[in-house]
Amino acid sequence: MKDFEYANPTSVKAAVDLLSDSWGNTEVLAGGTDLITSMKQGLTEPTRLVSLKNIKKLQGISKKKGTLQIGAATTLSALAANGDVQQHFPALVTAIEGIGSAQMINVGTAGGDLFQRPRCWYFRQGYGLLGVYEGKSLIPEGDNRYHAIFGNAGPAYYVNPSSLAPALIALGASVSVVGDGGEREIKVADLHTTPSNTGQREFSIEPNEIAVAITIPMNGLKNATYEIRQRRGLDWPLVTASVAFKAGSIVSGTNVVLGHVAPVPWRSSAASAALNGKFVNAAAAAAAGEAATRGAAPLSKNGYKVQQVKVAVKRAILAANA
Amino acid sequence: MSGKTHVQTTINGEHTDFLCEPRQSLLEVLRDVVGLTGTKEGCNDGNCGACTVILDGRIVTACLVLGVEAEGAEITTIEGIASGGILHPIQQAFLENAALQCGVCTPGFILASKALLDENPNPTEHEIRFWLANNLCRCTGYDKIVRAVLDAAATMQEV
Repeated sequence: MKDFEYANPTSVKAAVDLLSDSWGNTEVLAGGTDLITSMKQGLTEPTRLVSLKNIKKLQGISKKKGTLQIGAATTLSALAANGDVQQHFPALVTAIEGIGSAQMINVGTAGGDLFQRPRCWYFRQGYGLLGVYEGKSLIPEGDNRYHAIFGNAGPAYYVNPSSLAPALIALGASVSVVGDGGEREIKVADLHTTPSNTGQREFSIEPNEIAVAITIPMNGLKNATYEIRQRRGLDWPLVTASVAFKAGSIVSGTNVVLGHVAPVPWRSSAASAALNGKFVNAAAAAAAGEAATRGAAPLSKNGYKVQQVKVAVKRAILAANA
Repeated sequence: MSGKTHVQTTINGEHTDFLCEPRQSLLEVLRDVVGLTGTKEGCNDGNCGACTVILDGRIVTACLVLGVEAEGAEITTIEGIASGGILHPIQQAFLENAALQCGVCTPGFILASKALLDENPNPTEHEIRFWLANNLCRCTGYDKIVRAVLDAAATMQEV
């Protein structure tokens, strides 16, 4: 790992002041489970690391005006163990348990999960976020078995790796970020972007902004996450579905969000529309699963994900209703 | 560039100061600076769990924590769990069940198991297997390890 300066501020303002306005000069250190590995592999070589560890304001979970506020540096294990989270947001608990490692969730943070970099092996091997070699992406004709089946017309083919984002989007959550110009609120649904060149990152925040809190409305939505995995150990899922809806005699306000199928968490309006107005039963859930595959365009080696989307959406809906 | 930082910690109950560069992981510091080589380096990227230590009551992979982040922390390594020449019941159970061969993964397994039994003294086999999912063994296989943890749990409840 290249040498760097370690900064350990105690306030958000001091942390923001220590950050550069271009990506990669400085990095924000939360849990470090992704960043430290990325630095060892030379994927990023910052001259300064800004640790969030000693900023007390970024820790903890509290109820506020009908919402749950989660400090961005709250660990994933603390989040999964919180009584309000367990009672109201099982979609988040399932997503955290799915990570499959006590060691990772003890240090990994809620904010860090949203900003971890993709697992695309071309990216991790140094070919950049778009997997480009000699002016051309290696991915469409390469080993793309874990890549995108939606939003993959190019130039990006990787999948968003966040465990929490699909559930947070389904629940209508937002993130408060602080930068030079003060604080602003971004819907989690708008947090991830698809870069058009290798100099960009895949987030809608600026390099010198810091996520400080996640806000989830507590409005009684039924919710669940269903993950399809190769194994129940430390790994990323193949496909996930998070759903939230308002239960009544018939369903309304459905949000179906897929993970690991597109460069951004993938909101399926077709699946949401298919469930709205229905009684929840196996047939309605299966129809929503079918609808969720509309528009899928698998690459050469990931056609299997289409069937997994059907199953994940169906099972997430049935789990939310259970 | 940035020189060395003075870090104060408590390791295995003893106040321990060390100097380290920001780029040194806690794993490197434990082994190369403090001289506690019981903590093993496996993959060095968080996948294998060989470097598992207990940091402020929770297991972490020391390869993904920076030495400088340990300021003020309480750390338990494999060197700190036997007492007065008597092995910890988990260590004893690993020996009796032959739950190790090359031994590189063993300190991590024992510390992860200790953290589990401290929290849940009577885990099911399923809970043990799930808890140890981030600890990889490439020679013994997992059955003997899981049996050792079940045995240790039973022994520790008798005491």
